[in-house]
Amino acid sequence: MVSLSHYLVLGAVLFGIGVVGIFLNRKNVIILLMSIELMLLAVNMNFVAFSHYLQDTAGQIFVFFILAVAAAEAAIGLAILVALFRNLRTINVDDLDELKG
Amino acid sequence: MNFQDFIFYSLASVLVISALGVITLRNPVHSALLLVLAFVTSSGLWLLLEAEFLAITLVLVYVGAVMVLFLFVVMMLDINLDRLREGFWKWFPFGAALALVMAVEMSMVLMGQQFGSDNMPAPTPKAADYSNTKELGRLLYTDYVYAFELAAVILLVAMVAAIAITLRSRTDKKSLNISKQIAVRRNDRIRVVSMPAEKKE
Repeated sequence: MVSLSHYLVLGAVLFGIGVVGIFLNRKNVIILLMSIELMLLAVNMNFVAFSHYLQDTAGQIFVFFILAVAAAEAAIGLAILVALFRNLRTINVDDLDELKG
Repeated sequence: MNFQDFIFYSLASVLVISALGVITLRNPVHSALLLVLAFVTSSGLWLLLEAEFLAITLVLVYVGAVMVLFLFVVMMLDINLDRLREGFWKWFPFGAALALVMAVEMSMVLMGQQFGSDNMPAPTPKAADYSNTKELGRLLYTDYVYAFELAAVILLVAMVAAIAITLRSRTDKKSLNISKQIAVRRNDRIRVVSMPAEKKE
């Protein structure tokens, strides 16, 4: 029988994959954004699982808002990416050192 | 192992494999397509958890809008992949060790008694005429109406910001600037040159 812990472990594994993705693709901003989406998906998975097993619909409302904010984040992130590529002709993170931080 | 378990394990394995593909594949287009597969499989998992409205929303919003946007951007940009893959495996051992420790720690906590089937048994399935969408809508427009309006404002701000960031005014555009034309004065256009008159021969 599938229990709550199955879903939670699946969420943990997904989150771990997202973290590895950020380490592996430090130079490619697009894959970085995709890794962030994976981590958000893991969080949403936990919310939905808890909502089901606790019989509380509030968890699903939270997922709804996370989806809205994640969509906004993806739109702005990709817009920044396009503006960046238009100005610098690259999306390599190593080349983005204009601010000399 | 009943049918639900079978569905859970098959969807979960597809989800994990496609997520691994997203972060390791060379071509960003393939990564984006695998991320689409990951979203679709997790929407199947959400259907298993009786979150029907969110499952459909995930497919519509993520696969239909966000991932298409990703694919547009990936295909539009002309990226030098070789430079982006430099040092790809250099940080792999560190990242993998960190993620492994994280996942194992979380699993040790999450596989304990308090989240098992004894402490949290699966709830009885909802009746056939129960509407998840109706329930979510009722909550959204009563208890969470303030947050709902805030989400609407956030989406509006994101839309305006995305347009403002990518908007570029063309420099080779030919158009009249009326106020400049009206404000022009004689001195701006005409230069009086004083020349000595020539003598008649």
